Amino acid sequence: MMAPLAGTDATLIVADVAVIGAGPAGIAAATRAAESGLRVVVLDRGLETGGQIWRHMSGGPVPRMAQRWIAQLSRSGAQVIHGTSVVDVQHEDAEFEILADSSGSALRVRAGRIILATGARELFIPFDGWTLPGVMGIGGAQALLKSGASFAGKRVIVAGSGPLMLPVAASLANSGAKLILVAEQARRSAVMRFAAGLWRAPALVVQAARYRARFLSTSYSTGTWVTAAHGADRLESVTVTNGRRTWREAVDVLCTGYGLVPNIELARLLGCDTRDAVIVVDAQQRTTVANVLAVGEATGIGGEPLSLIEGEIAGSVVSPRARISDALLRKRAALEIAARRMLDAFALRQELRSLPTGGTIVCRCEDVSYGAVKDAVCARQAKLYTRVGMGPCQGRTCMPGLDFLLAWQPDTVRPPIEPALVSVLSSELADDAAASILFNSSVGEAYQ
Amino acid sequence: MAINGAAAELNIVVDDQRIRVAAGTTVAAALFNLGTAAFRTSVSGEPRGPVCGMGVCFECRVTIDSRPHQRACLIAVADGMHIRTATEA
Repeated sequence: MMAPLAGTDATLIVADVAVIGAGPAGIAAATRAAESGLRVVVLDRGLETGGQIWRHMSGGPVPRMAQRWIAQLSRSGAQVIHGTSVVDVQHEDAEFEILADSSGSALRVRAGRIILATGARELFIPFDGWTLPGVMGIGGAQALLKSGASFAGKRVIVAGSGPLMLPVAASLANSGAKLILVAEQARRSAVMRFAAGLWRAPALVVQAARYRARFLSTSYSTGTWVTAAHGADRLESVTVTNGRRTWREAVDVLCTGYGLVPNIELARLLGCDTRDAVIVVDAQQRTTVANVLAVGEATGIGGEPLSLIEGEIAGSVVSPRARISDALLRKRAALEIAARRMLDAFALRQELRSLPTGGTIVCRCEDVSYGAVKDAVCARQAKLYTRVGMGPCQGRTCMPGLDFLLAWQPDTVRPPIEPALVSVLSSELADDAAASILFNSSVGEAYQ
Repeated sequence: MAINGAAAELNIVVDDQRIRVAAGTTVAAALFNLGTAAFRTSVSGEPRGPVCGMGVCFECRVTIDSRPHQRACLIAVADGMHIRTATEA
């Protein structure tokens, strides 16, 4: 790890390829690129390599699936820098310069190519009481659990949509939580059709059955969703409905989320085309901007196996002797079909569009209510009048939900894309010659 | 860090209360285990706690060693760390 420099000096890293994100897609891309002799640097916001799906604690057990890839990555020579959020990217001639906040210090990375592996976040649909402490994301609960939190003895409901609910419910039950209910908003028929289609991937059926077995005593209800959360200073109970019957459940924790939203802010800042909130890529994982590639969930929600294959393809594409195996391309095509079927099965029901009331807070950063924004014609107008989506999270939490509720088109992205200290934004390379260069000059010489 | 398989413990101070937590735990997990509801206070005075767990939502912001607005979910506890919760916005 680099020592932060004093004052406003930035640390400089010069690389051939900068990979943004150290989840499965970024790990695979960085590994393949570095194995070809390129100088590769990986920037990641988290504390450990693995992203969200392979999240683990420092010194703690690493998920088995992740072990092989993380070992390959470290052997490849790629450098991973944790605790690092990208703030801005400049494009000059054939080189990109990335500005990042690295544990509070400025970091500049110059690279000829960028591979975006920025992953996804959860889709939240606002409802009364969702701002109470104790209401959290489904992935959010999993992340807390994997970073040392104990849910033992807590009364928990998992309510929302998508395949993420099963493994999270299983790990919560496993850790001693009193799981009251797992509520999937999708209709039973859609979920069953999806499950029946899993015969193409028997490993997934076995995995799903194992997850379900861990919380067998808890009801898994389809066509069921939470309409409100209640409590004084923290969550005490929730209102649940299945459209015919509505009831209250006393809970300590509500885990909620309606699927995943690709993180495309950095791609849009770079000028990459996006379609339906997903980065557009070609068969080589290239975006519409030269020398910018994108892999994993940011190019469409598809899960870990697809992310790994896309990462491998992109890592090979940037390699000096690019060669992509036909087997990889065939696997990617099959997994893309499975991903589309999954998105169809967990399509969101119309009733969810009436979840928020006029008084429901939608923007948690600026405390803006649904009533204040619902008549705006577009996101930009709403922002101008109410500051909705203009707080520290820059709309990442509320805007996807508002897009679902109000069919807004996304607003333009401007730097800094993350809140950053002025000292980071105004940092200069005090003296290029003295700036720290991470790579040993012998690395990558073979291809220069 | 794990020492001989057992998680080492270290001392932190949360709002003047001294507690022992397992090394490797994030500040967010440590506060959750302590039963903290309000990690921060919103612009209109509401208590808020962690939501995304991965540095996106900024709801778990606390003051760590006098540095305000630190995302508790992205920072691991360190021995002697001072954490202040429910600070304004």
